[in-house]
Amino acid sequence: MDKIKLVEAAQLRKDLPDFHVGDTVTVFVKVIEGDKERIQQFKGIVMGIKGSGLSKTFRVRKISNGVGVERIFPYNSPKIAKIEIIKHGGIRRAKLYYLRGLTGKAATKIKEKKRKVLESVIEEIVVETPAVDIQEAPVAEQTTETKE
Amino acid sequence: MLGILGKKIGMTTYFEDTGDAVPCTVIEAGPCVITQIKTKEKDGYEAIKVGFGTKKEKRVSNPQKKGYQDLKIAPPRYVKELRDYPLADLKVGDEIKVDVIFKIGDKVKVTGVSKGKGFQGVMKRHGFHGGVRTHGQSDRQRAPGSIGASSYPSRVWKGQRMAGRMGGDQITVRNLKIVKIIPDSNLILIKGAVPGANSGLVEIYKN
Repeated sequence: MDKIKLVEAAQLRKDLPDFHVGDTVTVFVKVIEGDKERIQQFKGIVMGIKGSGLSKTFRVRKISNGVGVERIFPYNSPKIAKIEIIKHGGIRRAKLYYLRGLTGKAATKIKEKKRKVLESVIEEIVVETPAVDIQEAPVAEQTTETKE
Repeated sequence: MLGILGKKIGMTTYFEDTGDAVPCTVIEAGPCVITQIKTKEKDGYEAIKVGFGTKKEKRVSNPQKKGYQDLKIAPPRYVKELRDYPLADLKVGDEIKVDVIFKIGDKVKVTGVSKGKGFQGVMKRHGFHGGVRTHGQSDRQRAPGSIGASSYPSRVWKGQRMAGRMGGDQITVRNLKIVKIIPDSNLILIKGAVPGANSGLVEIYKN
């Protein structure tokens, strides 16, 4: 397994923010049309995060003109210019597939969670242990739980 | 044929410069040590014998131990003969490295022993469709159906595909592209899947 990590290390993205399932994010995607490159925005709720290492992907859902649209992004793809977190969501599921069954306002509404205060704390922890994502996630979660 | 022995490490993603994600297999290829050179005059054909990997000392038989000692080579785990090797000026004891024989973009074929699946039915082993699931059938869903005619030939033809041991066969996959080579750690990334389990022996040849 270590040799796989060795291969992956060079391409892992470390510049993207640490978002969670339930967060509302804007993903800035590089789109190449002919020989021109422009940036497209995709704003929605993170429905789930899947996989680990370089193959990690996340799924974003939005309602566009009354139609639900879902896009799966490879987390480490160089096509992602940046990701902005708009809202933190308080959720009780790892995968928000139930959003597909909801219509109207309910489909876009997720209870907001105040995680802003904690962000500084999380950042500190991350800086202390510059390890892989797998280790980061539980640490961050524990801190949020204790504060509640 | 230009080739090298390697160990399958596993699969991962590789992002091209264009941003496309490519599924690829990581293989630790070589370095392979030349243990013998066969020539037309002496052996009737041209070939080199290469060794790959290391072996515990107690697993090496005494005659072999002596032989490798004379060649000043550590006893390799795997030994394979590669016929008509195109590189010139090879000597016994030379190392063959991936970055010397392959470059990015080369098409290769990879040979390995597929994962053993045990005793499997005809649907999984040969891709039969099975029986109908409705119309009052029972116990026929995964059955092979008829295995032959009646009075002629009054027996089952040789080669009739039936249930049995599946996997564990030597499989060669051709036209695989080399995506990346990491010379320091002897790793190469090949686009697509490669036969065999992780840490299994694979042979990589130039297409």
